[in-house]
Amino acid sequence: MKTKMVLTPEQQAMLNGEKGEAMAKVMKTLVMYGEAFGAERMVPVTSKYGHLVTSFGLSVMKPVYELIDKLLEAGAVSGQKFTVDPRPLDNNVPSNFLQNLLFKIMYSKQESYEEQLKKMGLINDHAFTCTCYLDEVGNIPEKGEVLSWAESSAVVYANSVLGARCNRNSGIIELFGSIAGCVPYFGLLTDEGRMATWIVDIQTTKIPEAQILGSAIGIKVMEDVPYIKGLTRFIGTELNDKTKAYLKDMGAATASNGAVGLYHVEGLTPEAVELGEKLIKPDAKVYVIDDAELERVRKSYPCIWKDPNATPRLCFIGCPHLSLIQLKEWTQKLEKRLNELNKEKVSIPTIFTASVPVLNAFSKTEEYFKLVKMGVITSYICPLMYMNNPLCGKMPVITNSNKLRTYTTCRYHTDDEILEIITKGGI
Amino acid sequence: MKQFKGRPVVPGTVKAEALVSKGGFNTLASYQKSLMFGDKKATCSDQNNPDLYGKPMSGKALCLPQTIGSTTGGMVLYCAAALGRQPACLLFSKPIDSLAAAGAILANVWTDINMPTVDSLGDEFLEYVKTGMIISVSEDGTVTVE
Repeated sequence: MKTKMVLTPEQQAMLNGEKGEAMAKVMKTLVMYGEAFGAERMVPVTSKYGHLVTSFGLSVMKPVYELIDKLLEAGAVSGQKFTVDPRPLDNNVPSNFLQNLLFKIMYSKQESYEEQLKKMGLINDHAFTCTCYLDEVGNIPEKGEVLSWAESSAVVYANSVLGARCNRNSGIIELFGSIAGCVPYFGLLTDEGRMATWIVDIQTTKIPEAQILGSAIGIKVMEDVPYIKGLTRFIGTELNDKTKAYLKDMGAATASNGAVGLYHVEGLTPEAVELGEKLIKPDAKVYVIDDAELERVRKSYPCIWKDPNATPRLCFIGCPHLSLIQLKEWTQKLEKRLNELNKEKVSIPTIFTASVPVLNAFSKTEEYFKLVKMGVITSYICPLMYMNNPLCGKMPVITNSNKLRTYTTCRYHTDDEILEIITKGGI
Repeated sequence: MKQFKGRPVVPGTVKAEALVSKGGFNTLASYQKSLMFGDKKATCSDQNNPDLYGKPMSGKALCLPQTIGSTTGGMVLYCAAALGRQPACLLFSKPIDSLAAAGAILANVWTDINMPTVDSLGDEFLEYVKTGMIISVSEDGTVTVE
């Protein structure tokens, strides 16, 4: 194969088939992928761990499992251990007989796929989460490291909050990068690709709801890089657990409602702190966000429930998975509100989702016992994959996640609204 | 008849009927049901895409600006191709996005199917082409709309 990209002798040898046909195809895929975006060379993947988006053994994904079998047979395993998105099933989450039956059919390859993941390089049995970058999970890349990750919410967090470098890769491509140990150098890996082409000027009178702010930005800038001004007035200039949680949720909404892979927050995110307005391209467009604009975006969300006035059957909080501080804060808010209402338990079945390591840490806190007493269920499930079951998708389910709203029939509500609904038992 | 010149991301020749999506094509949402329930026509299941919802996609010349949505997108497109339910070709008015590129390239390298993929055809292409028109794709990325 003739390449426009300049490859190292080792990469060229791999492409020529010296490490077998499977490795040659892996390299050919990466070369074609890079050349589609004008990459002139490969760069080494420098992070300790990878992260894969495909965590589900959907029976219809048979071609993917066959491909992975081919790789395993050829000894083409990941050169780095990796975490992976959350599991699609958890018995803790309520589901009826028919839903369970369909889950079994839909995810019939779950067990065998997890075996493949282990052989390929999965860190451990608890490595299933979209928030791999949280302290308890420990897949935390350093600033400037080159990653071969997929999962849009993790990629945008790693780029923006951690200052690592990763493109918005598709499933399989991210695995190929981890196998080959290199990725094509283009887009968000380059200094040029990390420059902002939008200035987002926040002029709201109060702290914007992270999930609506991210949605507004994503819908407006799509795949471009925004430089966000005016946010530190509300969330401060310190990257602590609270601001990281805010940025996690805002970023997930930018990546799912649009296709943002990197944002800069003036005075807060590492590259913005280091380079400031030098990150902004001279011809950058400006998007002003005030209270009215957030309201306009919020009102644009369609409600696709059959009966818009139905009482919610379920509430999901935690897409992306919750952090420890979020679990504690939600527990405190719920306790206070239920006390005010003179109630002991939530009135709508409510699921808080988080990674196993975060849930383990949470189970050692006093809030955990309070939360259980209030009737809230904790789970490591991916709520999106739960809702992908057509029988679950027919139910009226509410969420505070704009990502979950975008991909499923879930209806979005702000945190405050959710608190009222689940404690009072209706909208 | 009108010709448009794009960039061949995956070169190839094909002639097929156009299926046009004016908005971003959500790959996972579009293919989810057809893959799950073995629908060989690959009927589009994305309720948010009024141009395509309910229409068969298999064997059509899919004309679109870009793809959007989950980063499983490329993998989903690869699965559709490996199961023989892929579009005849992918014709993008804008430069191709990373998820669509992954899908088209995975299908090219890992399956025997022919799914020519051309990008950067321009906004005028998407304004001109209508669902049902016959489209020919040449190796060099020339797209002829009859």
